[in-house]
Amino acid sequence: MSGIKYGVAQAVPGDHIQITTDTWTEPYWQAAKEERLTACQCGKCGHFRMPPTAFCPGCQSQDVKWPTLPGTATVFSFAICTRSPFPDVPDFVYVPIVVDLDGAPGARLVSNLVGMPAEDVTIGMKVAVEWNDIQDGWKLPIFHKA
Amino acid sequence: MVWVNQDKCAIAGVGATDYYIRGKSYPRTINEMVGEAILKACDDAGINVKQIDGFAYYSGAQMGYGDKVDTASLMEMLGIEEVGFTAALTSGGGGAAGAVGLATAAIQNEDANYVVTVMALQQYRQRLGTVFGASAPSPENSFLQPSGLVGPGHLMSVLARRHMHLYGTRREAFAEVVISQRLNAMNRPQAIRRNELTLDEYFASPMLADPLCRLDFCLETDGAVAWITTSTERARDLKQKPVLIHAAAHGGTRNWGRAFAWMGMPDPDFGSSGHKPIGDRLWQQSGLAPSDIDVALIYDHFSAMVVMQLEDYGFCKKGEGGEYVESGAIRYKGGSTPVNTHGGQLSEAYIIGATHTREAVEQLRGVAINQVKDAEFALVTGGPASLPVSGCILRRDS
Repeated sequence: MSGIKYGVAQAVPGDHIQITTDTWTEPYWQAAKEERLTACQCGKCGHFRMPPTAFCPGCQSQDVKWPTLPGTATVFSFAICTRSPFPDVPDFVYVPIVVDLDGAPGARLVSNLVGMPAEDVTIGMKVAVEWNDIQDGWKLPIFHKA
Repeated sequence: MVWVNQDKCAIAGVGATDYYIRGKSYPRTINEMVGEAILKACDDAGINVKQIDGFAYYSGAQMGYGDKVDTASLMEMLGIEEVGFTAALTSGGGGAAGAVGLATAAIQNEDANYVVTVMALQQYRQRLGTVFGASAPSPENSFLQPSGLVGPGHLMSVLARRHMHLYGTRREAFAEVVISQRLNAMNRPQAIRRNELTLDEYFASPMLADPLCRLDFCLETDGAVAWITTSTERARDLKQKPVLIHAAAHGGTRNWGRAFAWMGMPDPDFGSSGHKPIGDRLWQQSGLAPSDIDVALIYDHFSAMVVMQLEDYGFCKKGEGGEYVESGAIRYKGGSTPVNTHGGQLSEAYIIGATHTREAVEQLRGVAINQVKDAEFALVTGGPASLPVSGCILRRDS
């Protein structure tokens, strides 16, 4: 909507991305390591929550399930960033996105959209997951146009 | 229902250091700047610093996001003998306007008589603008930081885009916030940005996080601001005309929650400032309506969030904030409710919201540089950020 031609949206370089886990988020990242997109679902009432936390905010149960999701999503909003977040990496264009995950109503993921001109990304667009290798052998879900 | 503490307490004094471009306050120390602001606030009020017996901070007593003050250290440095109250609102700049409510609690509970609120910011080690990307993320933040949303401006741009998508808000609206505040800063000696700004210059500003350009981002500055709250009765015996605390609220709903650090907000909260529950409470506490507000000091870390706050406080309908500001409604000259008459954080200085309270005090004493004629009620808001968000209505003493 700014009329600027940014060019193709890049992935954030995985060798610069760190994550940490805790008891409640670890299963999500272990599934990601196997390229399986999941979300934290209450084992009692079925409510989805992301990021994963120790209690269901709906019924306060601590039972959790990690269903395999279709790996598709809808863009809810996004930004187009033009500066490198890392001092040792030259500037590049990347598109952080907030997506609603298919198969997990109410669960959102903050990720990146890659592989298409940044200026052509739209809210409501369907996207599909791919995987970015990051530090310490973890994998990060990112998305391309479905 | 009228607030039980309405007009019972007052801001009696305000003080500030010079404002510096980011890093330029070095080699001054953060405690030195905090001390200077407190001493100036005491001098302004006409009290001795030793009379201070309470501290009501916001932002968890963090000064910016790298430094923190400690009440005991400030007592040691300034010679304050005893305190009866020392507490802070949690989280960050969201509580900036709610700290006067905390000070009121201290005074009305008879824990303290002269309560200081202070904020300082110094950015010579780490820029606040990149603070979220500087280290390995927590498990919670591991769901945000890897996306490269590392600065507050990145995060806010995602909310701004949703607002534009839902309501057709134009960049011209953000430009009007920036340009109107710049006009207000032009005659202020302490303002960092004073040059006139045209719409063409706005649109030529580099996009840092589309849809937000550099001029939509607030300044990165150093400095400190403090104010003294006491009972209205005591304040009337001091040097300055008291500025009454007419209403004050902090808090917010889970649907806003951690806000742009979470990104899970449903519509319409996502494209909002999270301030609607605060606005609703302030109007209820005071019996006032937005049209009663003479001057609004709206937290402006990013221009787009001013538009959304104006909606959430009811100056216009939800979704109509863009049209509202584009109509000229927020201008000092000719606007229906002048906004950020000091130039705000976009043009004057950014001390995590504290400059807004300073300006409200000057407006209600009738001594502001861009004085709103006969100003009686000022609205001050804290930052749209992780809860709590906050607001207060200050009143001229009759």
